[in-house]
Amino acid sequence: MDKIPILRMGSFLLVTIQVDLYDRLALNLENDLVQMVYQTGARGVLIDISAVSIVDSFMGRILGNIASMTRVLDAETVVVGMQPAVAITLIELGLSLKGVHTALDVERGMALLQTQYGLHTQSADDDVDELE
Amino acid sequence: MASSIPQLLKANKERLLDLWVQKQVSSDVLRDDLISNEELRSQSEELVKALSKALTEETISQPDSMAFDEVFEILSGISIARAQQGFSASETGLYIFSLKDAIMDLLQQELSQDPTQLFTASQQINRLLDRFGVVTFETYIKGREEVILRQTDEISDISTPVIQIWEGVLALPIIGTLDSSRTQVVMENLLQKIVDTGSSIAILDISGVPAVDSLVAQHLIKTVSATRLMGAECIISGIRPEIAQTVVHLGIDLSNIVTKASLASALKHAFSMNKLIVKRLESDKKAF
Repeated sequence: MDKIPILRMGSFLLVTIQVDLYDRLALNLENDLVQMVYQTGARGVLIDISAVSIVDSFMGRILGNIASMTRVLDAETVVVGMQPAVAITLIELGLSLKGVHTALDVERGMALLQTQYGLHTQSADDDVDELE
Repeated sequence: MASSIPQLLKANKERLLDLWVQKQVSSDVLRDDLISNEELRSQSEELVKALSKALTEETISQPDSMAFDEVFEILSGISIARAQQGFSASETGLYIFSLKDAIMDLLQQELSQDPTQLFTASQQINRLLDRFGVVTFETYIKGREEVILRQTDEISDISTPVIQIWEGVLALPIIGTLDSSRTQVVMENLLQKIVDTGSSIAILDISGVPAVDSLVAQHLIKTVSATRLMGAECIISGIRPEIAQTVVHLGIDLSNIVTKASLASALKHAFSMNKLIVKRLESDKKAF
């Protein structure tokens, strides 16, 4: 079974999707990611979809769900590197991914998370430390 | 009966061609600015050859017969070419009808002693050539439509340029009404340019949009949402007072989109978002 790796970077999680997602894979990712956010106490999730060229309504919904779920766990989700064709498809499908932050590339996505939630980074680490 | 009409025409192919070309050259509607006499002759010769090849005792009364496929093909080629060269519809039509004149003249000369056969022959030729005329018109219109379609594409391509007006700032002046197909082009161009230049701000300038109705607004909102999905911010500028009025009267919600009255103020906003300051170098160092 394919698995999308989730990398931890400080108080952020980095997910790079390098293959076109099929439904099962997307559901697994959602599951793993929520678990991971819970376990690590991450404050931000960065999903890089620059290699994704095909998207459907299911995938759009999964992205929206991930953002809502992580928000419940107090982490913001930034989707980066969306291809123009993917953006157009999502808009045509009527999915504007409300609540999902977007950035042009990983670098800018990181910067966005850091400037907006940088203040909380320290406290998140502290929380983790305290738990240990 | 002396000889059948197809045979007669075949035998007098050269004479017919001469007659026809002569008729065309002496005609008022000859466009020697668009086509040379040699070209006209070779075009006509090809057609007469194909026609005399296809014409038999059976096919003369069946204009839809398969035998005329080659003739129709040549005719279509000629009329599409003429449509693109800029001939008018009547000039193209008269071209084929002058062939009828030429055949009639020939028949009259050949069959002057036999009025009955002349009548039948001219009836058959009439029917056949009318059919040719219709085909010519049809393909001519098709040719014109192709020209118009091509021009429409070209216009929509050149009327939505995406310009990089500053590092990280794109501007997209929209001229003319936004319909679904143009929105698609605008969106594609804009999003591609965002990827290419790595710009984080796009300014959609609608000074050149004559009117904004709910459909146009919907297209604008779509474009803005798509830009947001890519991770760039979108500003709509160039909103004239009338447009502001219609937008409010129609109850269109633009509250979560940054809107500015002029391109200048949109640029200013873009600068402040990118944390840029533009300063005058002279004495009064007033930043704006």
